[in-house]
Amino acid sequence: MEPTWGALAWQGLAAIVTLGIFSFLAGDNPFYKIIERTWVGVTTGYWLMLLYHTSFHDKVWVNIVVQHKWWYILPTFLGLLMWLRLSRKLAWISRYALAFYIGISTGIYIPLAFKNFVFLQLEGAVRPISFDAAGINFVIALVGLTCSLSYFFFSKPHTGILGGMSKAGILTLMIGFGAGFGLTVMGRVALLVQRVIFLRDYSVNLFGKIF
Amino acid sequence: MRAFRILGLWFGLFALLIAPAIQAAETSRPSPADSLSPAAPPAERWRPPTALSAEDQPNDNGHGIVLDWSLSADDAQLLSYEIWMARSAAAPESAWALAGFALRGSRTYSHQNEEASLKGKPNPIFVPRGTPTFFRVRGMADDGSISGWSDVASATARGNWFHKGRINVLLACLGLAGATLYFIRAARGGRKLYIRPIPGISAVDEAIGRATEMGRPILFVLGTGTAGDIATIAGYTVLSRVARKTAEYQTSLLVPVNEPVMMAMAQETVSQAYKQAGRPDLYRPESVFYISAMQFPYVAAVNGLMMREKTATNFYMGVFHAESLLLAEAGSVSGSIQISGTDQLSQIPFFVAATDYTLIGEELYAASAYLSQEPVLMGPLKAQDLIKVVIMAILVLGVIALTFSLTASDPAGIARIVSAVVHAV
Repeated sequence: MEPTWGALAWQGLAAIVTLGIFSFLAGDNPFYKIIERTWVGVTTGYWLMLLYHTSFHDKVWVNIVVQHKWWYILPTFLGLLMWLRLSRKLAWISRYALAFYIGISTGIYIPLAFKNFVFLQLEGAVRPISFDAAGINFVIALVGLTCSLSYFFFSKPHTGILGGMSKAGILTLMIGFGAGFGLTVMGRVALLVQRVIFLRDYSVNLFGKIF
Repeated sequence: MRAFRILGLWFGLFALLIAPAIQAAETSRPSPADSLSPAAPPAERWRPPTALSAEDQPNDNGHGIVLDWSLSADDAQLLSYEIWMARSAAAPESAWALAGFALRGSRTYSHQNEEASLKGKPNPIFVPRGTPTFFRVRGMADDGSISGWSDVASATARGNWFHKGRINVLLACLGLAGATLYFIRAARGGRKLYIRPIPGISAVDEAIGRATEMGRPILFVLGTGTAGDIATIAGYTVLSRVARKTAEYQTSLLVPVNEPVMMAMAQETVSQAYKQAGRPDLYRPESVFYISAMQFPYVAAVNGLMMREKTATNFYMGVFHAESLLLAEAGSVSGSIQISGTDQLSQIPFFVAATDYTLIGEELYAASAYLSQEPVLMGPLKAQDLIKVVIMAILVLGVIALTFSLTASDPAGIARIVSAVVHAV
């Protein structure tokens, strides 16, 4: 189906923005600056309205005014304290809200970290060794895991046995990071190819429409 | 250039303001399905699942029910089971709502829903606390034919104050807290607690000195996480150290952030650091500034900032996502010395490849203790080390026990290990 001029105009805008961002590869330039500032402005406006709908409307207005869940007044009050940062004299009061926010985040995170990053990992790692090829793989993984853990041991100098284990640990980590790097770069190249295909298709459509 | 930012801001606001109107217009438009005659009810061809029972889901906040049933005699012909719910057993057909699906062969289903309303309307699959909820189940085949209904079963969801399945987490937290308090007391009592040198952190002062000598600013990026992320909190500590040094050396510091609460936290951190350095007069609140809450516009702006301000040193400390390489690469091109630290496993490789020093995972958390040498920060680090030793011991002993099928009531276990080792030798 032949694209309409309207569709081509929108695609053209997307193509210009894409090229504007790519122009950064040639260094900072006015074209990039225009696109960058416009993009930041658009997303700030978008985010502002999104926050209004998802935070103020859904969490404050609906809960307190519509559903009469009065206990939501407490977090709302803490949120309002943040606005006191705009006052030089009363800015210190906003620290209470910040302290509550950081404290509650940490309190929630630590038990979760124990569950997800310690117990579930341990559960997966503690298995019987079978005396076959899979068993050898498992032993290699187990040694790598133990050595990696020893790399993050800060209480002793990394010398002697601990030094050797730590070196083996960082080697294991780097092998893992290398695999992760390769995998992600492949994903990024796929994204680049997608943008290049978009630019190619757009130019084909545009020239097809004109000529 | 400010004009473009303002223009963009208005464009974004306008787009969001008219979005609800467009959505309302689209929802009011009749869909093609509305004009069709109602579909014929599916054919009831298969035998129903039986013995349906329902009970309160344990260890939850009171909005979950667990269902059990016996499979339909025609289970092999079915695709899945449909789980329907209502507020009473005698509810009319129209009041029953589809709560979920379970694949054929499944005998159990857990339904949890704590949203009493959806977009201002009552949620039909909400599980209220303290009120009975009724369920029934039927099978469905891939050709749309169905089985008969099971009997109706009901249960009342109740909240639990204590999650019995998390006792291990509680014990671990108590153990960590106890060890932390012990080490803090020991450090306060004058005991010297050793922390091994961390190369990335040792390079911080050198990097700040470089920026001072070059007369260029220092850029500190706290990542694209939230203000309460543990890595971001660790980032504040490093920021505090960097800010104190920049105050002493009178070097310019730039902290672009992507979250309003993070901006408040960073402003407090930098302000306190300047006060501690005895130079509150040098602190400029605008040195910590908000850019955008969205990832890639934020990156575009920070990359531009690096190029325009020609930052001598870039710090990346916090939670990073896909932007890590984009930032680090731009910093590398602009010739900055770069120190990074994150606990995001998938991003560490990019920082390792593109920055001069990287704090890998927990090294970032350790950085705060290493930099400050304060007992309050050294205590948790030492306690974590202790936990790591315990984990390693559990790991090794657990594998040995499972490999040789050892149990506490099996005195011959050790003999079996010795025999296996001798045999292997």
